[in-house]
Amino acid sequence: MRLHYDVSGGEFLRAGEASSSLKKVLKQLGVSSDVIRKIAIAMYEAEINMVIHANGGVVDVDIDSEAVRIKLEDTGPGIPDIALAMTEGYSTASDEVRDLGFGAGMGLPNMKKNADFLNVMSEVGKGTTVEIKVNL
Amino acid sequence: MTLNDVKEILGARALAGEEYLSREVASACGADLMSDVLAFSKEKVLLLTGLVNPQVVRTSEMMDIRAIMFVRGKIPGQEIIDLAREKSIVIMATEHPMYIACGLLYANGLRGGEENAPSL
Repeated sequence: MRLHYDVSGGEFLRAGEASSSLKKVLKQLGVSSDVIRKIAIAMYEAEINMVIHANGGVVDVDIDSEAVRIKLEDTGPGIPDIALAMTEGYSTASDEVRDLGFGAGMGLPNMKKNADFLNVMSEVGKGTTVEIKVNL
Repeated sequence: MTLNDVKEILGARALAGEEYLSREVASACGADLMSDVLAFSKEKVLLLTGLVNPQVVRTSEMMDIRAIMFVRGKIPGQEIIDLAREKSIVIMATEHPMYIACGLLYANGLRGGEENAPSL
């Protein structure tokens, strides 16, 4: 099964609708609640990042009997140093985002913790692609 | 303990999900930072927070958190209450500040459930 979501940027308070929708689909497919939670957390963190840093983007999800694969692509500013961005506590989020309860520099590490596979590819000035795979 | 117990201990009011107050909660997490909540791995969790925006409900939805207690007299707007109702998440509000609210629940037996926390 393939799913596609457009994530609009700039509407931080609405961020998470794609993750919510995927969670509902996985529940309908009978995926176990532990696995759904891992997928939902990893995707939500990625979706929030996309809204905060990249003014939105697109999400493609591929579900088969073995795994859920999520690809999030944006055309935002890119990440100059991915290794640094993966460090717990490192964040470039604005004060406004922090006031809303995010931007603590835990998003990428938390994605890594919940995913069975995480790949972050980025080019400064062009955008970022995040691939998340969670085994079923 | 049940959410009804929580409501009574904190003298709270239920603003959404009144029909689910018989639900059990096994642990609680007190945080204003949703990034911290997203790193919390327990089940049947009550979230206590002073942060009031729809992402509190979204975060709870992703984490399977069944109930949110807004502390220090903060009352969420209708948009938040409606989203919680849609997601079958209980919303309550107490006048107690965060520290007191957490302390009262802890003293009544509701633990944090952090795996790596030192034992008290």
